[in-house]
Amino acid sequence: MNNIYLYSIVGAGLFTLGLYALISYRHLLRKILALNIMGSGVFLILVALASGETPDPVPHAMVITGIVVAVSASALALALVLRVQAETGKAELPEESLE
Amino acid sequence: MAAMTLLPLLFDTLLGLSLIWLAWRALTSTDLFQAIVLFIAFGLLMALTWVRLDAPDVAMAEAAIGAGLTGALLLATLARLKANNKTKSAPEKKFSLLLTLIILPVVTGLVYVVLTLPQNTPGLAILVAENLKTTGVTNPVTAVLLNYRGYDTLLELAVLLVALLGVWSFGGVPKPHEAYSGPVLNMLLRLLIPLLIMVAGYLLWVGANAPGGAFQAGSVLGAAGVLLLLAGWQLSTRFAELPLRIILVSGVVMFTMAGIVFIVSGRQFLEYPPSFAGAFILLIEAAATLSIGITLAALFLGGRPGLRRHK
Repeated sequence: MNNIYLYSIVGAGLFTLGLYALISYRHLLRKILALNIMGSGVFLILVALASGETPDPVPHAMVITGIVVAVSASALALALVLRVQAETGKAELPEESLE
Repeated sequence: MAAMTLLPLLFDTLLGLSLIWLAWRALTSTDLFQAIVLFIAFGLLMALTWVRLDAPDVAMAEAAIGAGLTGALLLATLARLKANNKTKSAPEKKFSLLLTLIILPVVTGLVYVVLTLPQNTPGLAILVAENLKTTGVTNPVTAVLLNYRGYDTLLELAVLLVALLGVWSFGGVPKPHEAYSGPVLNMLLRLLIPLLIMVAGYLLWVGANAPGGAFQAGSVLGAAGVLLLLAGWQLSTRFAELPLRIILVSGVVMFTMAGIVFIVSGRQFLEYPPSFAGAFILLIEAAATLSIGITLAALFLGGRPGLRRHK
């Protein structure tokens, strides 16, 4: 079952890409995209590890729950982005320098 | 023979690489509209991946919610952001070495941990299969969602409701959609809406013994609601107050009541006797489908109906 390894690594990769984009971009919409992709990575690892000769239905059910919770959180976050724009005129975080 | 075993591996590799590439493009492309469209394509490929991993229930949820509804929500928000803001946003940050150095150990650790996890363990699959007779359904995923782990699903419905309350607390519907309902869209809707409702009913019914269930059915209903809203359809104010709210909470209420009913006969919360379990699960799922569908459509609307946001 090579595809368990394959998809687990893809999941870890997606999580990392999402984490990188979440930190490095300032636009809030992009951050929401990044969070969703991180979530997909976690789901992929869960389901990949559950597959095999007898797929385990418990992680499948957890991932379905996770997908619905992710869309709820995204909808709330998007409403917050609109609110941030209404208050500040921008849908971005202010620029900050580390120095 | 070698080709037969090599072909699936080739397909999986291609799919995995496409996922990574699409995610990367969606996260880095300079145009946000392009980024969202790529994200929707990413969701569809995720659905294909779930099928490859023998998880058809997850695939349906992903295609309808992960790709479809999240995409619609993102596009609607982007349109509203652009309508309110004419100024060009500042260029995004470029590659940062420091961040890469911080993230690199995280990746390495993550890959290491995932690869050292025990593979091919049956997990709870055997336990689920052994007790399937007592759950009232034959689809193991539905059994887990509605019977074994009813708490998760009940609280998930509550999360959906709380998210909607959060969105509603920002006030009324932000800005009416520019209703573009030409004759073609109108005609299409008249054909599609009854079909979508029928598909939702079918998914709900078939969920007891095949892939499907309340979430998949609810998201199809939600998609029907989104289509209606896009065509400029508005909820009559007669239904916008109490009737709407009753439907929104019906899933949580029905689930909780079904959980409480058998406490009098000495059972635990959310524990159903095997002889009634099938009927109860169908009842809960029917209420949940309706409230999931309406909640998702209401989330897309983005504000409390019947309340105009002030300028």
